[in-house]
Amino acid sequence: MAASGGRDRVNAGTIAGNVAAPPLREAQPRGGQLRGAPVLRVDGLRKRYGNAEVVRGLDFAIERGECFALLGPNGAGKTTTLRCCLGLIDPDAGAIELCGEPVPRAAREARVRVGVVPQMDSLDPDFTVTENLVVYGGYFRLPRPVIDARIPRLLEFAGLAAKARSQIRTLSGGMKRRLMLARALINDPELLILDEPTTGLDPQARHLIWNGLRQLLSQGKTILLTTHFMDEAERLATRLAVIDHGSLIACDTPRALLAAHVEPEVVEVYGDDARTWADSRGHALSRRLELAGETAFCYADDAAPLLADLATRSGLRYLHRPANLEDLFIKLTGRELRD
Amino acid sequence: MSTSSVLRPPAISTRFVPVWRRNLLVWRKLAIASILGNIADPLLYMLALGYGIGSFIGNVDGMPYVAFIGTGMVCQSAMFTASFEGMYSAFSRMHVQRTWEAIINAPIGLDDVVLAEWIWCATKAVMSTGAILIVIFALGFGHTWHALWILPLGFVVGLCFGAFGLVMNALAPSYDFFTYFFTLVLTPMLLFSGVYFPVGQMPSWLAHIAQVLPLKHAIDMARPLMLGRAPTEIALHVAVLAAYAIVAYCAALVLTRRRLLK
Repeated sequence: MAASGGRDRVNAGTIAGNVAAPPLREAQPRGGQLRGAPVLRVDGLRKRYGNAEVVRGLDFAIERGECFALLGPNGAGKTTTLRCCLGLIDPDAGAIELCGEPVPRAAREARVRVGVVPQMDSLDPDFTVTENLVVYGGYFRLPRPVIDARIPRLLEFAGLAAKARSQIRTLSGGMKRRLMLARALINDPELLILDEPTTGLDPQARHLIWNGLRQLLSQGKTILLTTHFMDEAERLATRLAVIDHGSLIACDTPRALLAAHVEPEVVEVYGDDARTWADSRGHALSRRLELAGETAFCYADDAAPLLADLATRSGLRYLHRPANLEDLFIKLTGRELRD
Repeated sequence: MSTSSVLRPPAISTRFVPVWRRNLLVWRKLAIASILGNIADPLLYMLALGYGIGSFIGNVDGMPYVAFIGTGMVCQSAMFTASFEGMYSAFSRMHVQRTWEAIINAPIGLDDVVLAEWIWCATKAVMSTGAILIVIFALGFGHTWHALWILPLGFVVGLCFGAFGLVMNALAPSYDFFTYFFTLVLTPMLLFSGVYFPVGQMPSWLAHIAQVLPLKHAIDMARPLMLGRAPTEIALHVAVLAAYAIVAYCAALVLTRRRLLK
C-alpha cells in the first residue's frame, strides 16, 4: 500500500486546482445539479433526550461556498444538531435536506458528498498516513485509481507529503488533525463539516488548519463548523449562528451581528479597585458595564470619556479594544459557567 | 433515537465489505504473531495433556486422547478467538480508537459496521481453526476429507461467540467488564462441553445442562468429522448454534444502536 508516485497529473500542484477539481472527479449524481439550492437546510429541528429537549426548533440554511459557524456554549446542542444533519440520529421533529437529499431517509446517499472531521481524532493507529486515506476512501467505494490519484495532493494540502509512510503514533497533534482534514476530503465533498476543528491545538497548529480551511473556501467548498473559539469564527465564518439551550439566538454575518448587538468599543478594567471604580464612575461613563471577578467590562459607543477618567487612576490597569465576537457571545449567552 | 428506530430490523447490505477488509488489513500486519498465538497455546495443551494424561487413559470415544483433546481444542480456540475479537478488539475500535465513529460518518451505516465485525469474528475463528487443524494433521491425526468440514464449523462457532462478544461490547463501560464473560460463560463452557473429557462421564444432571451449551454441539460435530464420519443429529447441532448466533447478533445490534445512535 504505497502512494502511487507515477500518478502525478498535469495539475501543477496548486491545492486550489487539486482539491476543487480533481481530474478524476466521479460523476455527481442528483445533488450536483441543484445549483443555487442550499447545501444544507434545517427546518424546525427538534431533538429530545428523555425529559430534556436539547434542540428546540432550529432553522438555518447554508448556501454554496459559505463558511457557516455554529457557536454556542457547551451543551448548547451543536453536536446533536450535526449528528441529526448527518442522519446519525433521528430528529423528533423538523426537516433536513443535505446535498439535496432528505435526511435521515436518504442520509447515506447524502453522506457520499459530505466530509466530516469529528471532534476527537479517529485515525487508524495500525495504518500509515497513506493507508488511513486509502482505507477511508474505500468506505466511499471510490475506485483505487481515484484514491491513489488524490492522495499525493491531499497530503501536500495537509503538509504531510513527507509523512506519507509514517505511523500515526509518530505524528504531532496538529499533524493528526490535518490528516483528519485530509481524510474528510478523500471523497471530494461538496460540504465539509467540522466539529470543533482546533480544540486542543497550539497556536501554530491552529493557524495551519485555518489556512487550509481558507484555501478550501477559496476553491468554492462549503464549510459548516462548530466552535466555541471566537477568534476561529471571526477568522473563518462568512455567517454565524449563535445557539443556546437548543434555540437559535442570532444568525447573520459577524459584522452585522456585532453592529446589531454590541457597542463598538470596549474597555476592560482590572485591579482590586475595579469594583469600587465601577460603582463610582464606570457605570456612569459606560453604556453597559459587566463585572466578572475583579474585571469590569465597559461597553461604549465612544470610549474617550472612560479613558480620560482611567488615565487619572494609578491603581487600575485597563485595555481599550474594539468589540469582538466574544463580547457578542457573552452578551447573548451570559457569563455563567456551563457544565 | 426513538425506540422504534433502535428495534428496527437489521439493514444488511454488502456495504459491510470495506469495513471487514479494514480489519483484515490490520490483521495482516500482525499476522505472524496472531498465527503463532493461535497455534502455540493449543499445541502446548495437546502435547502436555494429550500425551501426558493420554498415556494413562489410552483411547477415548474411539480416538487417541491427544486427537480427542485436539478436536476439543479446535472448537475451544474458535470460541475464544471470536469472543476475544467481539469484546476486546471491537471495544478498541468502537470506544478507544473511535474507528466506528469515523466509519459511520462515511456512507456506511452502524448496522453495516456491526455486521462487518460479526463476520470478522467468525473469519478469525476460521483462521485459528485452520491453524490448529494443521497442527493436528502434522501430529498424524485427522487425515480425512471430512475433517475439512471443521473449517465451516469454526465459522459458525465464530458467529455464535462473536455475537456474544459483541453483546458484551455494546454493554461494556471498560475492558474490565469482559472478565464477567470469561468467568461466567467461557470457563463453564470450556469445562462442561466435552473439550477435555466426554460429556457422558459427568453426572446425568450435569450432562443435561451441557445440552444447552453451544460449544458442546460444536464438539459433537467436530469429533466424528475428525474420525472421517458424518456426525449424527447435524440439524439439531446446527440449529442450536445458529439460534444462539442469530439471537445474540440481533441483541448486539439493538444494544449497539442504543449505545451509539443517541
